[in-house]
Amino acid sequence: MKPVNQKAWLLVAPVLALVAFSAVIPLMTVVNYSVQDTFGANQFFWAGTVWYEQVLASERFWNALGRNLVFSFIILLIEIPLGVFIALNMPKKGPGVAACLVLMALPLLIPWNVVGTIWQVFGRVDIGLLGSSLALAGVDYNYVQDPVDAWVTLIVMDVWHWTSLVALLAYAGLVSIPDAFYQAARIDGASGWAVFRFVQAPKMARVLTIAVLLRFMDSFMIYTEPFVVTGGGPGNSTTFLSIDLVQMAVGQFDLGPAAAMSIIYFLIILLFSWVFYAVMTRHDDEGAKGGQS
Amino acid sequence: MARIEISGVRHSYLRAPQSDEDYALRRIDHVWETGGAYALLGPSGCGKTSLLNIMSGLVRPTEGRILFDGRDVTDLPTERRNIAQVFQFPVIYDTMTVAENLAFPLRNRGVRDAEVGRRVDEMLAILGLADRGRQRARGLSAEDKQKISLGRGLIRSDVNAILFDEPLTVIDPLMKWELRTQLRQLHQRLGHTMVYVTHDQTEALTFADQVVVMHEGMIVQVGTPADLFERPQHTFVGYFIGSPGMNVLPVRADGDGLSAGGVRLDPSPLSLSTEGRLEAGVRPEHVRLGREGAPARLLRVDDLGRRRIARLDLSGVMLLAALPEGSEIPSDPCVTFEPGMVHLYRDSWRVSGERLP
Repeated sequence: MKPVNQKAWLLVAPVLALVAFSAVIPLMTVVNYSVQDTFGANQFFWAGTVWYEQVLASERFWNALGRNLVFSFIILLIEIPLGVFIALNMPKKGPGVAACLVLMALPLLIPWNVVGTIWQVFGRVDIGLLGSSLALAGVDYNYVQDPVDAWVTLIVMDVWHWTSLVALLAYAGLVSIPDAFYQAARIDGASGWAVFRFVQAPKMARVLTIAVLLRFMDSFMIYTEPFVVTGGGPGNSTTFLSIDLVQMAVGQFDLGPAAAMSIIYFLIILLFSWVFYAVMTRHDDEGAKGGQS
Repeated sequence: MARIEISGVRHSYLRAPQSDEDYALRRIDHVWETGGAYALLGPSGCGKTSLLNIMSGLVRPTEGRILFDGRDVTDLPTERRNIAQVFQFPVIYDTMTVAENLAFPLRNRGVRDAEVGRRVDEMLAILGLADRGRQRARGLSAEDKQKISLGRGLIRSDVNAILFDEPLTVIDPLMKWELRTQLRQLHQRLGHTMVYVTHDQTEALTFADQVVVMHEGMIVQVGTPADLFERPQHTFVGYFIGSPGMNVLPVRADGDGLSAGGVRLDPSPLSLSTEGRLEAGVRPEHVRLGREGAPARLLRVDDLGRRRIARLDLSGVMLLAALPEGSEIPSDPCVTFEPGMVHLYRDSWRVSGERLP
């Protein structure tokens, strides 16, 4: 047996400290709040699972969760195919590549609250380019008053903001395919669709898994943009979990329920991400098993 | 099956080629006869793969035409040339099973299901993958994957030609031997025109009836393995074929005739003009060491099992001599060349019909 050298721990200590301060300690603070009650002045009382029960029993929570799910579902449905489509049509070499990459990266470089502000102004019926043009064209569009218009605005904004990410990831997957695969497919007489189905899509699958995960997590946690554009309205129509959470914690200062909700929110994201990942990588395991047999 | 004619083909990957150096293929005129088994032999970067890709239509030549049975196909895309090509590294369709991979080129061409099934089973048996037909192809070893690539090339019965681009690079030596023998048998059975690209002379000589040797974007010789060994048309062929390669010595002409490294080439052909750069080529197997001839200095002797290779300094020129196992090598050897086995080259090309006695 090799002697165990405990000094190695010293090398990972900085990372452990960093992770502790950036993730573990804040998370445990929230866990701490979620099982206690306070009336201010830093006095806390044990409350057990009361807040969890309260959150899970509230209609407000389930409605917000439902809105989150619908929102994430819609934007995944649009951004993934659209991103793949754009990647397939991006140039593979020549001067167009750099121009394309820069253009695609632009929306990703804009701070999120600025994105919100841009669209908030863009969509305004009185002075916004989009809003007033639609009004001129006779379309009844007002995201401040109409829930459907508010949703459409948020979805279009998210698609504008994030489709580039999907496209860039898919593009990275595409350019990593060796020429021989395309040449072999031509020799085999494969149609354009067959090339996509059997060469490009399988090679893109891995990066698309990451794209779906990232886009799901991000859209499920969306806060800044709807907060800036609609503030959760009209009514509660665009009040997502994150917005509700901030209202509860900062607006009403209900620390206990807000902390309980945070934990539930976190677990939901963890669960969904795990399910996505497990489903999308199951073929890899099959392949690995085949290799050993 | 078709007779494939390559007529005046030049190819450059640059947009505006200037000199000969800019051309990957300098000028190729060649005919691949129907049903021939050819090896295309040459070092890396000599243009073998370019030539292959031009035949299959993956690359369009800068100049020249490609004819299949007299029909100009230069402008036809790969899909319509009906050619099979196997690449150096395995290409498989990850999401398909082994059998689906093999069926793919047939299905794309609308072959009937029953026929597809029959041919896939047959090919699985030939490749020794019969028990793996239903297995997903991505999990296989590189070797099995390359077998599938080979199978996809061989499964189409009606192709004009099958092109192999160093297909056995990833296969281990024993398996290589076996697969090459199988390819050879398949060729005899199916009678396809086959072109097999390699930089390995053993592979070329065991696979092919005709070996085509390329060098710097040109075909320098076409011939049977024996031709290449006995009558290399270009110093490169002499050097590239045979192990070790042919000795090439500068030739000096004086009043009495020709000599190479002090060895007199007697009698010199009277008609030979001394223009250009003259060189003598002599294979190590045809160098004799003894008490007579031009004196040489022995540098080193390598024992290679059945042969001994002597390295000599022959008046300033390096000379290799291959001798049978156990033969005596004098410490102060004198060199002579076996009569009739010295080739004369002018500017690297063989001076034909003037084999020196």
